[in-house]
Amino acid sequence: MPYFGSEEMVKELKRALSNPNVQADRLRYKNYITKVIRYMTQGLDVSALFMDMVKASATVDIAQKKLVYLYMCTYASDKPDLALLAINTLRKDCADPNPMVRGLALRNMCNFRMPGMTEYIEQPIVAGLRDKASYVRRVAVLGCAKMHSLQPNTDIDGTIVNELYALLRDPDPVVVVNCLRALEEILKDEGGVVINKPIAHHLLNRMKDLDSWAQSEVLTFLLRYRPRSDDELFDILSLLDSFLQSAHAHVAVATLRLFLQLASAHPAVQADALLCTSAPLLATCGAASRELRFAGLCHVQQVMRSQPGLFGTHYKRFFCGYSEPTYIKFRKMEILVELVNDENVALVLEELRSYCTDVSPELAQAAIAAIGRIAQTYSEKCLDILTGLLALKQDHITSAVIQMFRDLVWFCPQSTAAVCQTVEACVDSPQDSEQALLWLLGEHGDQISSAPYVMEGYIDGLKTELSSAVKMELLTASVKMFLCRPAETQDMLGRLLHYCIEEESDVCVRDRALLCYRLLQRGVEETRKVVTGPKSDPSMSVLTGRQEEPISQWASTFNTLGPLSGCDLCPQTAVISAADQPSSSAEKELLPESTDVTLSSPDDTEEEISLSLGPPLSHETFEKMWLDLEILQRQTMGFPRPRTALDTLQAALQLVKIQTLAFTPGATVPWKAYIYTRSTGTLILAELLQGDQHAPGIDESLVVSVKQQPVNQHAIRGFVSILKGVLQTLNVDSS
Amino acid sequence: MISQIFILSSKGDHLIYKDYHIIMKHFRGEASKDSINVFYEMVTALSGDQTPVVMVHLCSHKDLHFIHVRQGGLYWVASTKTNPSPFTIIEFLNRLAALTKDYCGSLSEKSVRMNFALIYELLDEMVDFGYIQTTSTDILKNFIQTEAVSSKPFSLFDLSNVGLFGAETQQSKVAPSVAASRPIMSSRGEQSGKNEIFVDVIERLSVVIGSKGVLMKSDIQGEIRIKCFLPTSSEMRIGLNEELSIGKSQQKGYSSAVRVDECRFHQAVKLDEFDTFRILKVCPSQGEQTVMQYQLCDELPCAPPFQLFPSVQKDYYIVTSQLLFFTFSCSTALNVSITVPVPKGSVSMSQELSSPDQTAELQPKNKALLWEIPRFPGGAQLSALFKVDVPGLSSASLLEVGPVSMSFELAKQTCSGLQIRFLRLAPTQTGLSQRWVRYVTHSDSYTIRI
Repeated sequence: MPYFGSEEMVKELKRALSNPNVQADRLRYKNYITKVIRYMTQGLDVSALFMDMVKASATVDIAQKKLVYLYMCTYASDKPDLALLAINTLRKDCADPNPMVRGLALRNMCNFRMPGMTEYIEQPIVAGLRDKASYVRRVAVLGCAKMHSLQPNTDIDGTIVNELYALLRDPDPVVVVNCLRALEEILKDEGGVVINKPIAHHLLNRMKDLDSWAQSEVLTFLLRYRPRSDDELFDILSLLDSFLQSAHAHVAVATLRLFLQLASAHPAVQADALLCTSAPLLATCGAASRELRFAGLCHVQQVMRSQPGLFGTHYKRFFCGYSEPTYIKFRKMEILVELVNDENVALVLEELRSYCTDVSPELAQAAIAAIGRIAQTYSEKCLDILTGLLALKQDHITSAVIQMFRDLVWFCPQSTAAVCQTVEACVDSPQDSEQALLWLLGEHGDQISSAPYVMEGYIDGLKTELSSAVKMELLTASVKMFLCRPAETQDMLGRLLHYCIEEESDVCVRDRALLCYRLLQRGVEETRKVVTGPKSDPSMSVLTGRQEEPISQWASTFNTLGPLSGCDLCPQTAVISAADQPSSSAEKELLPESTDVTLSSPDDTEEEISLSLGPPLSHETFEKMWLDLEILQRQTMGFPRPRTALDTLQAALQLVKIQTLAFTPGATVPWKAYIYTRSTGTLILAELLQGDQHAPGIDESLVVSVKQQPVNQHAIRGFVSILKGVLQTLNVDSS
Repeated sequence: MISQIFILSSKGDHLIYKDYHIIMKHFRGEASKDSINVFYEMVTALSGDQTPVVMVHLCSHKDLHFIHVRQGGLYWVASTKTNPSPFTIIEFLNRLAALTKDYCGSLSEKSVRMNFALIYELLDEMVDFGYIQTTSTDILKNFIQTEAVSSKPFSLFDLSNVGLFGAETQQSKVAPSVAASRPIMSSRGEQSGKNEIFVDVIERLSVVIGSKGVLMKSDIQGEIRIKCFLPTSSEMRIGLNEELSIGKSQQKGYSSAVRVDECRFHQAVKLDEFDTFRILKVCPSQGEQTVMQYQLCDELPCAPPFQLFPSVQKDYYIVTSQLLFFTFSCSTALNVSITVPVPKGSVSMSQELSSPDQTAELQPKNKALLWEIPRFPGGAQLSALFKVDVPGLSSASLLEVGPVSMSFELAKQTCSGLQIRFLRLAPTQTGLSQRWVRYVTHSDSYTIRI
């Protein structure tokens, strides 16, 4: 309602506020002022009333003063000339005997955002810094920061900075913390407030007087302090020990972050700190506030990246409550999968099984995917459950199960027989798992007796098929099937090729069909060489499984928004899709023009980072950029460079769209290579290095340094995992 | 560092809006009031499985992060351009909501609307320039001038306190459940004489019972919460069960001991008598605060409150009969609702319930039938028989029935057995003060597999 006839409303208010009868009646007057603020909050422009509100500020009623000040702060920038009128009142209030009035006036005066304000507020602020009342000092200290932000480009006033540093010794804890905050803002360009040894120790000694908000903030400031010696370090840690168990989660977590950072050279201390904090962290995972719960879960996930065993005994805490929102359930399932071990596998699977029939299809599919991941270790038990789910005959469940089967066969070849037996039963696969089913039929057609008949069904229904991806998969699968069961397949393969070449409108499908046709023309043996790749890749499950990361990998983002905002995704999705890319080398020769390299990829649903080559970079440009840019990520791969010939490496990288610029020949030490690629608008440069003289301990392992312009963390992670996948695959091949 | 704080109603109306860095608008040219609308569009566009807690709005200069919590049906949002601790912001927003509840009496769109001046005043003292200054009621109460406006709809229940001849019934031993929902600061109002203090023991129970009635998971999250209306704070002594033991190692030989796995206390609690006498000493400040949090995992000292004996048969229909038994004899369960999943495509249902106040309905959209019992007396046993008509019934459909989930509220009962032995205020306290101790157990998640 305030949006309509707003001008009328403002006029009416103006009339009322200037009515002497109303002004005489304090209660009525205040009611009208309240009304003005209400409209202001609702988004109505009431700046026309500024003059009347300035008049209203001259009152003894503090509640009314507060309302008027709120109004003034909002509109001062629109009416700078009128706001000057209010300053007199405010300056008078700054000298009021009541500290509350003094503080209030000073705070609001500093909040006026208009040019030329500095000259009016400087004197009251300096006086406020020396005020007897701590309330006024608090306001004055932050006032310094506000004053600086009004004129961000002027020189820093040395006397104020010195005064603020001196006020760090103030008896009032809030003044101390406000000093830190103000100094941080004022000295932002110089790297923020300096925490030297006396200041750090002073802050540590004051920790007990602070309230929890100040505690967690001081702990964050202390992150930039480096103790000089181990003795000092351990003194600090023992002082902070009790805060690890604080009843306030934010204090406990901030303390943990400081511990992890300070004790980065003492893994045992880090482990102890993590153990201590596991109780408060678990408590947040069960907190009444679901937002807090979510934050707790995200941080538990982060801790588990280095210490997967820490929460092992508490796995029941991560069972989903039925009324919890889906985003919490997803996180809990991700954690449960990581926590599975020999003792609890039966219980966890039973729990996950009960989510599979959930009303929400997304949740059900996520639960099935979770079982699928556990199946990579405990295949037998999981296969029983997955097979049982097929009996429900619900599309979203069946499709998720078939996709899991495909991944399972790829990762654990020992389960192939059991899967093939089950797949026999489900011939009518729902929409989105057709590709997975076709892949299974093509790859293991020799073990599925009904495979040709299922395939025939698809070929007969080809005219109604819309997805070209399914058609391509069908082509590949039929050719593979033809190789192992020629008699049953020959006829339908002919029909399929004929249709795809003669009638298909999609160029990709047609090209693929032509390729198959020409391959077959060159003979069966030739075709077999090209089409059949590896049937499974057990080494991949090691890669996607639990590796313990060093704590330093995530400690810098711990207790920030990073883990919550979802940019901290697990890298494995990218690893899977990237590592499938380098198919057999013969295929590469035959498919130079093909844009799609995932011919025999069992993976199509995962999200991919798309890399592209783009125009080539000259050596000079690369060198210049390399010298200009900062290193964004440096990562030790944990394995040496592939022993294959260098041109194989180059070709493999080319295949995943990574261009090699230069590398040192053969067996020279240190060995270096410079590579680059493009991805969604950014250019990624990287250096591979083995045998660095500066880091003698790890000379066997390959180190990757990545630079990028412009920065896009998501792309970097994708790039590193793709690179890792390629190198790993080459390593496996050559060994 | 917080840039803005705002409170929105569920329909997106702006109730409270405070921009701490508006002074920078001239120089940096962003973070104007439009960000509220941006936030509301983002939060309403989210699908169920996306994470709403932290959202990023890409600005031209620097990304703006929205962090929000939902309390009382409202969005409590903070926006920031830095990368602060999510725990701090979330706990601060929760605290803001709690303080609002303390000062306004209850938490709803209406109470926030009516008391917006008061909330602005609170925010002004709590946060300056985006930095949290204080959230303690003891400090805040010196600065807050505005009085709360509480809305009390006329209710027949209020009359139940009035005796036969219009006099208040002093004998009433039970505080009405609405007694604690009034503003803490209405000192000059008509309730000035009521110096009340409420000590609540609140437990949240999450239980999974396996298909053969085996207790698979049990977990209690408990807290002792004080809601204090005393104008001046004086020391209060809260005595807990003397035989309370903490931690797994301290378990005593006899089984009657009340045990919790771990507990954490508010930093103002003095624990010098806790180790020997299990006495907490605290000077409660006005308003609500949590004095002690505790948890107990995997070992319920009593039987789980509800036992369900389900049977599912396939006939022409799916027939499921449920026999529900409430094991606690001295308590009453309120608002019990039981959700039984049914196969997809269920069309209709017929029911036989054991008493008339129960209701049951089929919700085909949620693939579930909902059985509700408003009031469940202790030690009682209820049964229900449902016949669900599912076209195209197969034996696999039975797999879709279950697990059953329940939600309920137990009054006057804690599952851990934690009790408050006594509640003493320091003798210096003058005037009449009424002390109330209340126990309540909520079901966080109560699942029974079939």
